[in-house]
Amino acid sequence: MTALLSLERVSKRFRGLLAVDAVSFDVPDGVIFAVIGPNGAGKTTLFNMIAGAMTPDDGAITFAGQAINGLTSDAVCRRGVARTFQLVRPFPALSVEDNVIIGALLHHRDVGAARDRALDVLRRLDLFDKRRQIASTLTLPDRKRLEVARALATEPKLLLLDEVMAGLRPTETDRMVATLREINRESGLTILLIEHVMRAVMALAARVLVLDHGVAIAAGTPEAVVRDPAVVRSYLGTEAL
Amino acid sequence: MAAMIARLTDGLSRRAIGLLAALLAVLLAAPWIANDYLLTVLIVILYLAYTGQAWNIMMGFAGQLSLGHAIYAGLGAYIPAVLFTRLGIGPWVGLLAAIPAAAACGAIIGFLAFRFGVAGVYFAILTIAFAEFARIGFDHLTIVNASAGLFLPVAQLSHNDLWRLRGSPTMFYYVILTATVFALILSRLLLRSRMGYFWLAIREDEQAARAAGVDTFRYKMYAVMISAAVTSFAGVFYAFFYNNLFPEQVFNISRSIEMILGPIIGGIGTLFGPILGAFVLTGLAESVTSALAAFGIDLPGAKQIFYGLCLLLVVVALPEGIWPSLARRLGVGERKR
Repeated sequence: MTALLSLERVSKRFRGLLAVDAVSFDVPDGVIFAVIGPNGAGKTTLFNMIAGAMTPDDGAITFAGQAINGLTSDAVCRRGVARTFQLVRPFPALSVEDNVIIGALLHHRDVGAARDRALDVLRRLDLFDKRRQIASTLTLPDRKRLEVARALATEPKLLLLDEVMAGLRPTETDRMVATLREINRESGLTILLIEHVMRAVMALAARVLVLDHGVAIAAGTPEAVVRDPAVVRSYLGTEAL
Repeated sequence: MAAMIARLTDGLSRRAIGLLAALLAVLLAAPWIANDYLLTVLIVILYLAYTGQAWNIMMGFAGQLSLGHAIYAGLGAYIPAVLFTRLGIGPWVGLLAAIPAAAACGAIIGFLAFRFGVAGVYFAILTIAFAEFARIGFDHLTIVNASAGLFLPVAQLSHNDLWRLRGSPTMFYYVILTATVFALILSRLLLRSRMGYFWLAIREDEQAARAAGVDTFRYKMYAVMISAAVTSFAGVFYAFFYNNLFPEQVFNISRSIEMILGPIIGGIGTLFGPILGAFVLTGLAESVTSALAAFGIDLPGAKQIFYGLCLLLVVVALPEGIWPSLARRLGVGERKR
């Protein structure tokens, strides 16, 4: 397996705090990869560095064979990395359809073609019937789906999902898990997700990386990781066993 | 021709097209119905409808608040006026110089702001600063007669010379009406274009726009430059209609504010809002002044107080402007953008 995304000793410091400390990992092409860890472990910082919202202080981020650290977030997106935000940020006053059209316009110069692409994505995420609604009027689960739809419309090679399951009811979570699995299976899209909902991680991820205080303390298959004593101690707690 | 009209009206309901056609017909017929006073009021209204639309491209579509649009109108006024008075070059050729000059000025302001992360209120202040800078600069620029003012030879009303923009109010009326229609068509085409979508994304949430791959710097630059270029024609019109230019007046902040009242009252970010706002605001203000005059009351500043009251009323009662709710009532609901 070749690595689509590769991090090599990536660090980020905020004043005195070392938020991410020399983290290295590879995300193979075509897999669903999860990053888990307690609050404040540095997961979102890690994401922001991959997505270009922050520049790493140290280390190298390689995507599809090219260094992407230091690129701006729009440049990273144009290379094929799309993200969602932990606190959802759809374009509030625009319709669901227009939100997704904007994503699709990245690779379609023609608005009509972008609309066709957007409608495909909306169908896939069960938002087609709500396409005329204004984004700010959607429920939280729908806004989360809209974020995923907008990201997918940019036709990424790698999709970064920052806690898309947070705040969803279990049935909603299962629905999102099913959608993501389907997309991964059908198009071979690589997905990197930050997640607290272990139910989703176990169901989705082929590989898991565990962060604690900015340090990668474990990596492997979900089954192996949840049995790792260091992970249990720092994050899951003994009940998880 | 038919294909072009089809493209322009695509997405408009029959009712909207009908209402627009009726309005246009009334406006086209206005010079035969209206007296000189009313025609002058209509010229002022259309002038503000035009500049409001130009400003709306930047603020309503791309979300960049400019409070210094007088600078673009001022450049558009002074450059052709100087070329006309000193070199005898006609206004339409002068416009070809004014457009790139205004766009370049917009590009400089935009570059300084967007490159160095000046945004929101600070960006608005920067735009005021540049307009003030121009006002003071032109006040000392001898080639434009500095604060003494630049005067154009007064029009001979005997015949209309469209090429040199010398003629009767009726001619000026049709010129500004054409420009207003042109601005409406341009706004609609821009809003429905790829760039228009990117502008809306930037207006709604710049960081999210970047995450969706939008090169926000570039599209904000386009917004300022296009808005500035469109505004510059209003300056040309102003210069040749009023025939006198004083930096103190042309670049005054009240000029910039005047331009944005229409869109705010009518509906920022809508296509028809700036036009409606200009009609409502200037129409009502003129009525108030006339009514006061009829009662023999001469109240300087009554118009300004009236503007303030209108603004207050709209901001409190209809923060989205008059047009969105009126459009719904007329059954021509412009999709909220």
